[in-house]
Amino acid sequence: MSETRSAGYWGSVWEKFKRDRFALAALLIIIFLFGIAVFQNFLAGSRPLVMKYEGKYYFPVLFHYPEFFQVNFKELAKELPDGDFAVFPPVRYSPTENDLLSILVPPSSEHLFGTDDRGRDVLSRMIHGARISLSIGFIAVGISAVIGVILGGIAGYYGGKTDFIVSRLFEVMMTFPVFFLILTILAFRDPSIYNIMIVIGVTSWTGVARLIRGEFLRLRRFAYVDAAIALGGNDARVMSKHMLPNALTPVLVDCTFGIAGAILVESALSFLGFGVPPPDPSWGDILSQSQRYVDFAWWLVLFPGAAIFLTVTAFNLVGEGFRNAVDPKFTVDG
Amino acid sequence: MRDYLIKRLLLLIPTMLGITIITFFIIQLAPGSPVERKLQIDEGIKSEAITQQIVEETKKLYGLDKPIYERYWIWLKQIVTLDFGRSYKDHRPVIDKIAERLPITITLNIISIFVIYLIAIPLGVYSAVKTGSFLERSSTFFLFILYSIPSFWMAMILIFLLGGGEYWNIFPVYGILSPGAETYPFFKKALDFLWHIVLPVFCLTYGSFAYLSRFQKGSLLEVLREDFVRTATAKGLPPSRVILRHALRNALIPIITILAGLLPAMIGGSVIIETIFSIPGIGQLGFESVLARDYPMIMAIATISAFLTLLGILISDIVYVLVDPRISFGGRR
Repeated sequence: MSETRSAGYWGSVWEKFKRDRFALAALLIIIFLFGIAVFQNFLAGSRPLVMKYEGKYYFPVLFHYPEFFQVNFKELAKELPDGDFAVFPPVRYSPTENDLLSILVPPSSEHLFGTDDRGRDVLSRMIHGARISLSIGFIAVGISAVIGVILGGIAGYYGGKTDFIVSRLFEVMMTFPVFFLILTILAFRDPSIYNIMIVIGVTSWTGVARLIRGEFLRLRRFAYVDAAIALGGNDARVMSKHMLPNALTPVLVDCTFGIAGAILVESALSFLGFGVPPPDPSWGDILSQSQRYVDFAWWLVLFPGAAIFLTVTAFNLVGEGFRNAVDPKFTVDG
Repeated sequence: MRDYLIKRLLLLIPTMLGITIITFFIIQLAPGSPVERKLQIDEGIKSEAITQQIVEETKKLYGLDKPIYERYWIWLKQIVTLDFGRSYKDHRPVIDKIAERLPITITLNIISIFVIYLIAIPLGVYSAVKTGSFLERSSTFFLFILYSIPSFWMAMILIFLLGGGEYWNIFPVYGILSPGAETYPFFKKALDFLWHIVLPVFCLTYGSFAYLSRFQKGSLLEVLREDFVRTATAKGLPPSRVILRHALRNALIPIITILAGLLPAMIGGSVIIETIFSIPGIGQLGFESVLARDYPMIMAIATISAFLTLLGILISDIVYVLVDPRISFGGRR
C-alpha cells in the first residue's frame, strides 16, 4: 500500500467491506438494479428512444409531443419512409401494453421472459417493477428508522418510567402478528404504493428502536454527554447532535437488512393481491398470476421470483458484509 | 417463582389491551363498513331508499351505530367471558370457527418448530466444531441462500415441479387430507396427513435453518471457550464427549428463548402458506376474514394469535430459568 493518507472511519469500513467478495458482488447487483430502476423507460417501453420523422428528430421516451398525441409508435415505425428511422428500447413493450393475441406465450425471441395472462410482456413488467420494489424498500425503511430512532432515543435517554412505558409499546409491536396487521390495514385502506410504504414502515421499527435504546442507555453514562448537557444543550440537541452519531452504525446495518425485509413483505402482499394496485407492475403481482397457471406457465414462476430472491439476497449479503466491516469482533486480521 | 409468574401475567394485560385497541381502531375507523359490503354481496342492487334503510337496520343489529369507544368497551366486556361474537359472514359463533381451525395451525407449527430444531441444532454444532472447513462454509452459504428465498416462491416452484403439473406428481398440494380420508383407519389417516403437509412444512421451515443454526454455532463457540470445557478436555475426555455432554447442554439454553421470537413470524407465514396450499387453518381463515371484512373474526384472530405469542414468550422465559440454575426469576428483567 502506497497510500499515506489516513482513511477515516468510513474509509476503513470500506476497506474491510471490500475484502468480502460476496458482499462486493451483491453491492454491484444493487447498483445494477438501481440503474434499471432509474433508466426503466430507456430499457423497456413502447416509445422510441430516438425517431427521425419527416426530417425532424424526436425523443419520444423523454418528451411528449402534441403531434404524436396517442400515436402508436410501433405502427408508425412500420410505415416510415426511407431516411426516417425509429430506435426502440431493447424491450419494445410497455409494462401495461396488452396484446390479446399473445396471451401466456412462453419465452421466445419476441418476448424474452414470455407474456402474462393479459398478453403483457413479463420482462418489461419486471424492469418497471424494480423501481417499485426498491422505492418501497427504501422509503418504508426510512420511515421505520425515523420512528425507531425517535422512540428508542426517548426511551434510552430518559430511562426510568418513560423507558418502561415505551418498552411496553415495543412489546406490543413485537408480539403483533405483524404480517396479519399489515394485511388488515391494507384491506381497509386503498392499497396504494404510498400506503404500502407507510404501513410497512410503521409496523417494522422495533429493531431500530431497541438498538437505539440500548446504545443511548450506554452513551448516557458517558462524561461527554453530561458535558454537553452542562454546557446548556437542550435534550433534543444532545440526543441528535452528540449521541445519535455515535449510535448510528448498528442502525444503518439493521436498515440494510430491513430493506430486504420490506421488499420481501411487499412482494408477499402483492402475491396475495394486497400490493401495488393494477395496472402498475410488481414482481409479487406477476408471481401471483402464476398461481392460476402453475401447471404450465413456468416463466411466470421463475423470473419474478428470481428477481425478488436476487434483490433480497443482495441486500442481505451487503448487510452481512457491512456488519462484519463495522463490528470489531468480526475482524479477522486486525 | 410465584411472585414472578404473577408479575409476568399482570404485564400481559397492558400488552393485550394495546394490541386489541390498535387492531380495533384500525379496522373500525376504516372507510366502508362491512354492512355495505355484505349487502352488496347478498342482495345485489336494490333501490337506494330501501338499501339505506337496510343498512341502518343492519348496523343497529350489529351495534355499529354506536360510537367507537363504546363499541370497544362492549367488545372488551364480551372477550372477558370468552365471547367473541358471531361471524358476519355466516353468523356462526367466532369461537367455534376458530376452534375447528386452530388445532390444524398449531399442529403444523409445532411440527415445523420440531423440524427446524431437529435440523438446525446438529448443523449448528457441526459448524461450530468444524469452523472454516469447506463443508461448513458451503453449508452455511447454502442455508443463507435458502434463507433468502421467499417462501411463496418456493411454494410455487414446489407445486410446479412436484404437484402434478407437467412434471412429477409426488405430493398433494391441496388441503391436509385426501378426499374420503375420514373413513380411513387411524394409521392410514395419519400417513395421509403427513403426506399432505410435507410441502407446507418444508416451506414454513427452510428459512429458519440458517438463523437458528448460526445462533447455535455462536452459542456453542462461546461455551467452548469456558474454563469447565478446558477442564473436561484436560482430564482426558474424548472431544465428542466434551462437546456433546459438557458444552452442548449449556449451549442449548439460549436456543430455547429463540423459540418465542419465531412465533409471530410463523403466524405470518401461516397466512401465506395456508392460503397457497388451501390448508383450512387459522392463517387461511384470517385471510378470508380480511377479504370479507369480518370484524369479529379479525379481532378474535388478532387477539388469540397475540395471546398465544405472549404465552410462548412467557413459557420460554420460564423454561429458560428452570434449565439454567445460574439465572433466577428476580434477576431477569
